[in-house]
Amino acid sequence: MDLTTFLIQCLNAVQYGLLLFLLASGLTLIFGIMGVINLAHGSFYMLGAYLAFSLAPLFGPQFLVMLVCGALLSFVFGYLLEWAFFSYLYQRDHLQQVLMTYALILVFEELRSLLVGNDVHGVQAPAWLAGTIALGDRMTYPTYRLFASAACIVIAIGLYVVVNRTRLGMMIRAGASNRDMVRGLGIDITRLYRIVFAAGVALAALAGMIAAPLSSVYPGMGGSVLIICFVVVVIGGIGSITGALIASLMVGFVDTFGKVFFAELSGIGIYLLMAIILIWRPEGLAKRGA
Amino acid sequence: MTDMAASGADRPLLQAAGLTRRFGGLAAVQNVSIALRRGEVHAVIGTNGAGKSTLVNMLSGELAPSDGTIQLAGTDITRWSQPKRARAGIGRSYQRTNIFNEFSVFENARLSAQAAHQRVWALWQGARGCPHSSPVAASAIDAVGLGRHAAEPAGTLSHGGKRQLEIAMCLATRPQVLLLDEPLAGMGAEETERMLGLLGALKSKHAVLLVEHDMDAVFRIADRITVMVNGEVIASDAPEAIRRNADVRVAYLGEDA
Amino acid sequence: MTSTRAPASVPTASGGGGAVAPGAPAHGVLPAAAAPAARRSPAAALVPLVGLALLATVPFFAGEYLQDLVVKIMILAIFALSLELLAGTTGLVSLGHAAFLGIGAYAAVLLAPKTGAGSLPVMLGLSMLCAAAYALFVGALSLRTRGVYFIMVTLAFAQMAYFIFHDTKLGGGSDGIYLNVKPGLPDVLDLQNRNAFFYFALGALAATYGLLAALLRSRFGHALAGIRVNEQRMRAAGFRTYGYKLAAFVLAGALAGLAGFLIAVRDGFVNPEMLAWQESGTVLLMLILGGLGHLRGAVLGAIVFTLLKELYSSEGWVGPLAGHWQLTLGLTIIALVATMPKGLMGLPAQLRRRPRPVEAADDD
Repeated sequence: MDLTTFLIQCLNAVQYGLLLFLLASGLTLIFGIMGVINLAHGSFYMLGAYLAFSLAPLFGPQFLVMLVCGALLSFVFGYLLEWAFFSYLYQRDHLQQVLMTYALILVFEELRSLLVGNDVHGVQAPAWLAGTIALGDRMTYPTYRLFASAACIVIAIGLYVVVNRTRLGMMIRAGASNRDMVRGLGIDITRLYRIVFAAGVALAALAGMIAAPLSSVYPGMGGSVLIICFVVVVIGGIGSITGALIASLMVGFVDTFGKVFFAELSGIGIYLLMAIILIWRPEGLAKRGA
Repeated sequence: MTDMAASGADRPLLQAAGLTRRFGGLAAVQNVSIALRRGEVHAVIGTNGAGKSTLVNMLSGELAPSDGTIQLAGTDITRWSQPKRARAGIGRSYQRTNIFNEFSVFENARLSAQAAHQRVWALWQGARGCPHSSPVAASAIDAVGLGRHAAEPAGTLSHGGKRQLEIAMCLATRPQVLLLDEPLAGMGAEETERMLGLLGALKSKHAVLLVEHDMDAVFRIADRITVMVNGEVIASDAPEAIRRNADVRVAYLGEDA
Repeated sequence: MTSTRAPASVPTASGGGGAVAPGAPAHGVLPAAAAPAARRSPAAALVPLVGLALLATVPFFAGEYLQDLVVKIMILAIFALSLELLAGTTGLVSLGHAAFLGIGAYAAVLLAPKTGAGSLPVMLGLSMLCAAAYALFVGALSLRTRGVYFIMVTLAFAQMAYFIFHDTKLGGGSDGIYLNVKPGLPDVLDLQNRNAFFYFALGALAATYGLLAALLRSRFGHALAGIRVNEQRMRAAGFRTYGYKLAAFVLAGALAGLAGFLIAVRDGFVNPEMLAWQESGTVLLMLILGGLGHLRGAVLGAIVFTLLKELYSSEGWVGPLAGHWQLTLGLTIIALVATMPKGLMGLPAQLRRRPRPVEAADDD
């Protein structure tokens, strides 16, 4: 493999890892703060992808605007979903949460089937992001992929700022360690949970929207990405955003280079990675409570 | 199981030296040494946060010490897991009742007793008819006075009853060393009397570590008292000497210097 | 001298971070399942025997469709029973159990002799052995984790197995592979025969149920239940709980492999979708539908789920909704899990405690 190919693959790995990070951070937020394991998280990713498919023709070149709109729509959807369904899950044990959210996946898949059908779709990147860009004098790289990585980084920074530097973030972190205390301080924990959940949904949907022009939009896409997301969270440690970032990048690299070197076995590469991490550090890479 | 020392009274059964446990930058327990002898009740007292529970957890094997060693009848058990220590004869009761709420009182004790004779392979034999664990459980339950309640679900016992069951489960494993973490917590006067009577009867054959806050009980029953403050031992002596010890009076018993 | 009482401080489990609180179940929080079986009346013990006798009569009066449906249910019941040992008795909620079913099935096909029929005992043994081997690998690693991690890790390892069969040449890819000749016992048992296969499956179900019933009564079974209810206490008493859990995991995997073997022999065909994570979710669903913690619950759940699915996908019953059975089934599942947290087996107790009609979102 020559240097150019290697660098391109590295960029691909980073881009894939960053997308996974968006997804995983949503999942780990929801689980870390509310203690709910949500199998339907992949469905939110799918929601984003289908949103992109539906909205892209309407917005045309206003891709960024579309992303923001899509994020807002998903946020509202997540807010309502928490109110209507997820808030009932907090009291229940993990097994029931698993089954209820599994049933939710079935419902979502069916709704999607009814609303937009079962065909595989492609989403075009907007014109100003299509094509390639020259990196140095030897390499060209698809512009959209660079945009995808950049967008993920921006969102990640935004997430960091909100969680660590705002009052809302402070309440979120407090709520993660001691629910009753937060309630005792007069903070409306119900609304807090709703916001956090909606944010998790929005993050997943954003990931789906950004990813849409890169991979096709198809039924069942939620399921496969969900499990990879779980692997990231296991490796990185639950509730740890930093851990999720490191783990996402690791998974990105293992998956990308795995496909290059071992085409047949590429699917199992990340699971082997997970197995190795489990042998070495059963609690994941991050220390608990990071 | 390790052999009992012939002249148990002199040589300590359980000996811990220099035990330290750090959590991040904070030392919850700092350089604590303690010796438990057969025939002796050794009480550990101290204020909140003194490190008593951490000490017990290190002795039982639930927490690994950052430093220090633990020896059981001369064998170094510092690296041993809790189940291994339990099978070697270290039993403990918990401060916060830690029983099998769903099972009957009898099954609670029987299951604890089963640990000594696990016999996994005998799949055709029913557990209830187990010739080893059943009699051991019955005697443990009688010893603490729960005989009448043997068939009831453990979760329906009174608080005092559950504390008694805690002790019964500890006894059912036939330990040589008993690590009792606040066994009297939440007990009424009558139950306390019965428990103290039981402890008095137990001590002749066992080495007992007793973490307690009830000072009356401690001074009645303890042969030795170790006082901990902020993770360190400030005094370890016979009860009368502790009562007169000025540091202890200031730090813990609440008297003016 | 005053007696001072300190506020209760929680003894920390190993690791300093308080991994397992005292009295907390081992792997994720589970609903309280039933205590070990022996408290039931002798009459209750007859129920499985009566059921067995009734099943034995099915080939005499049932048509082809019904008999096939009953076989399907019996095989799924074996699958559900295997998970019951893991999730119901020991409290290990695994979301990757379909992997062992799939491996058992693939082993039956891949290890079959190139020509002629394989010997039934050998093929069956190999299937279960392969499933058990993968269960040993997965269990050894995943039992190092707890709670939600455990759920996710088992799911991931099942997905890994799925990809092995889906992507590599080993499994024949996404199309699956065919079993040329069904194994049998020459002169004794020809599994091509529909009735012979029915009774073979029935025998497997009876053996599985009987084995598990005996196991639950034994010391091993009681120890597993103790691990579910309070693993920390079991360790304090002297049980090496990791070993017990691993043994349960491997046994459950082997029994799932048995179910897989039966599917492979019945259909003469296996494909990677047998290991899909949806299948793992489905079997877990059967357990909670029937009622976790009861062997009969597992069987009941298999029956109810299969019938519901048949119902919802059959145009004769639901008309145009048949094509959207995922929606109707999904909504039904949500409703059932919300209203009957203890499943059908727990329904009598649930109704007794609440004389009013059962309301949604009960916190039992």
